[in-house]
Amino acid sequence: MKRIELKNITKRYPGCIANQSVALSVDAGEIHALLGENGAGKSTLMKIIYGVVKPDEGEMLWEGKAVQVQGPAHARKLGIGMVFQHFSLFETLTVAENIALSLPKSEVKSLDALKERIIDVSKHYGMQLDPNRYVHTLSIGEQQRVEIVRCLLQDVKLLILDEPTSVLTPQEVETLFKTLHQLSDEGCSILFISHKLDEVRALCDNATILRGGKISGDCIPKDTTTDEIARLMVGDDTPLTEDYQKASGGQPYLTIHRLSYKSNDPFATPLKDISFDVKAGEILGIAGVAGNGQEELLSLISGEETTQAAAVKFAEKAVAHLTPEKRRVLGLGFVPEERLGRGAVPDMSLEQNALLTGYQGDLTQKGWINTAKVKAFTQKIIEQFNVKTAGSLAQAKSLSGGNLQKYIIGREILQNPKLLVCSHPTWGVDIGAAILIRHALIELRDQGAAILVVSEDIDELYSISDRICAICDGQLSPVAPTNEVSINQLGKWMAGDFSSVPTDSNTNAATPLTNAGGLTS
Amino acid sequence: MIFNQIALEKRPSDSKTMAYLSPVLAIVLTLISGGLLFASLGQDPIHALYTFFVAPLSDLYGWTELGTKVAPLLLCAMGLTLCFKAKIWNIGAEGQFILGGLGGGYIALELLEVEGMWVLPAVLIFGALCGVAWAALAALLKTRFGANEILTTIMLNYIALNWLLYGVHGPLKDPEGFNFPESAMLSEFATLPVVFDDYRLNISIYFALFAAAVIWALMSKTMVGFQISVMGEDKAAARFAGFKENRLTWFVLLMCGGLAGLAGVSEVTGPVGQLTPYISSGYGYAAIIVVFLGRMHPVGIVMASMLLALTYMGGEMAQMDLSLPKSLTGLFQGMLLFYLLTCDLLISYRIIRKAPQKNHSQSAQKLNAQA
Repeated sequence: MKRIELKNITKRYPGCIANQSVALSVDAGEIHALLGENGAGKSTLMKIIYGVVKPDEGEMLWEGKAVQVQGPAHARKLGIGMVFQHFSLFETLTVAENIALSLPKSEVKSLDALKERIIDVSKHYGMQLDPNRYVHTLSIGEQQRVEIVRCLLQDVKLLILDEPTSVLTPQEVETLFKTLHQLSDEGCSILFISHKLDEVRALCDNATILRGGKISGDCIPKDTTTDEIARLMVGDDTPLTEDYQKASGGQPYLTIHRLSYKSNDPFATPLKDISFDVKAGEILGIAGVAGNGQEELLSLISGEETTQAAAVKFAEKAVAHLTPEKRRVLGLGFVPEERLGRGAVPDMSLEQNALLTGYQGDLTQKGWINTAKVKAFTQKIIEQFNVKTAGSLAQAKSLSGGNLQKYIIGREILQNPKLLVCSHPTWGVDIGAAILIRHALIELRDQGAAILVVSEDIDELYSISDRICAICDGQLSPVAPTNEVSINQLGKWMAGDFSSVPTDSNTNAATPLTNAGGLTS
Repeated sequence: MIFNQIALEKRPSDSKTMAYLSPVLAIVLTLISGGLLFASLGQDPIHALYTFFVAPLSDLYGWTELGTKVAPLLLCAMGLTLCFKAKIWNIGAEGQFILGGLGGGYIALELLEVEGMWVLPAVLIFGALCGVAWAALAALLKTRFGANEILTTIMLNYIALNWLLYGVHGPLKDPEGFNFPESAMLSEFATLPVVFDDYRLNISIYFALFAAAVIWALMSKTMVGFQISVMGEDKAAARFAGFKENRLTWFVLLMCGGLAGLAGVSEVTGPVGQLTPYISSGYGYAAIIVVFLGRMHPVGIVMASMLLALTYMGGEMAQMDLSLPKSLTGLFQGMLLFYLLTCDLLISYRIIRKAPQKNHSQSAQKLNAQA
């Protein structure tokens, strides 16, 4: 008897079919991967199992019996636990209080008893957790443990994890995998959603691959090559491999000198004494788990926040006190993490969105907009960056994530920036668009621009950056050439351990390059 | 129950057709409700609606009177369009209008004995500046202290009204006016020239049409207009692009104050001809309806201001011919706004028939899940 079996599940949203006749079954104790690119329908399927979304067609068998899950509470009662990509924890409450809130009243007789159970369970599964700590003092990895322990307290038979490793350092990933293996040995089924193939091959017994809402294949990951799985994920027309030459760059263009900053926002991460530079003709990558000061650092470079002038310099000119507009005049291009609602205005047309940052060139004269030139500029972006759209008057929100990102990056690159800052350039973008975007960045680098890339995607940083570093809790690790930093080393940096430095730039490397092959997909 | 069988579903993208159809639908619904209302008051609905909406425009006098009311509505509405485009919810056109009238009227009274062509421009400019100053208070409170402009502008409206009442009951009262709360009549040098002899319509209608043209060009052709739109659509994008939020807030509020102030002083130096407690007739509030009914587009706004002007005239006509209260004007304006907001829901949502056998908590869920 299967633990769970889905038959012929279909879910339609206005304008798209999220799941079409999807079938899936998981045995007791099986670790089953659900693979697919962003937008393939993985999350919708999980939400159907967890009762958040109701399917339009199809049925679900739970331990052999047909059920209609009424909602998350019902799902938990059945023994289904889910850890979402974005945690639902109250930052100002303790671990125990957070867990108490999510349990049915009958199970929380006293907070002390609960604390003991938390300690027991977390010890049993090798996930250290102090029930008395406040959630805002926990790292992201620890917050994830709270979510998992919360599920385990309720005798869970199926644990669903939505991209659990995207917020973890490589070391934390290992710990998580140990816990998951232990759970599966004890008979708990696990549905593991991911798009990282190496992890899936290391962890999962079976995999189901979704593409465009339909099942494109099933496989046993251990017996299948990464390429074969990737092929199932992206289809036949997309190239899979990329290989870029590293560059060493010229004069520093962006210089950050002893930058410390605390914003008025109480939940922002204060920056502590950050210094680094980005040379013309190189790409510097900053790794790190989100929320460790990346946003704050980037908005100080973009000019959305300002501080003492000399902390940020563009080619020797102090700019940290200048507005975004003045920094753009000096050659800044910026690609923010949020595409809709910062990088582009959702309800405005692509032409208007071209004007959003392009207004300083010849698109305007004395404050009057030159409509013809705006149109021409928009067309140029659409053509050169292969943006799929109904036309230059289409609303920005009508574009898919990948196409909009190509458009935004194109808009910045075609203004010939001397410094391009990109935050998560290929986050949530399909593989084809991601490759085009990386190509464009390398090309811009080779034309002599300084490029700063902040990303959570370590594979990507290894693939395109010439030098690499990590940010943790508002502090920056040492900076070193990418091929001298091992994946282990970078993981330590991401966790805030800055000792055992492979000394900056060309001196002998402390760690040999063992990384590359292991993680790049 | 029918409500168990239909549900609202979000459209994949906003419906352009519905955006233009919604005002028409709102007008139709208002007319139907108006007809029912007249019927319940014992009137023949068709005849009453005819009296309200058609009879006022049966001659040249009617049309010039319409223009007399369109002018202040259009001036206020164009100013408000700027604010609303930037999502600065300025409800204070009424107060800015009153201050413009009061300030301009005050200067005109000071210059009662003075003869010269410069008197009228001086009065108009001072009136407009008073409107600007009144809006500047709201701008200062918003940009400096982050005070919500909806609250501050509404409160400033009441302060302005009380200043006006103080003026006409006190220092500005006509000494020979038998103690009525009114100022003396303004001199001919402080009176706006009329367009046609024997009719009240004056050149402020040209001010209004000119303002409509200027604001249209500003919003569609210039960088300032673009920045205003971006700020209204998406503050984060405006900051990202380096547009200056505070400066734009000042700009739209001051422009609106100036236009509303000009409307106020034009009313005092035009059809009213003196200061009274009733110089406004609620034009500043009605202009809010005009802006939304006109879809924030200049052509639409011109048409909407004509419709709202008609509700004023219809109210008077209904009072004279049908012996119904003049407050029907406010009722019709209110119904219009209510139906417009209701119909606007259909721009981004559509009504669907629910598939049978689903329980009825689902319509709410559908809305939540997709909002």
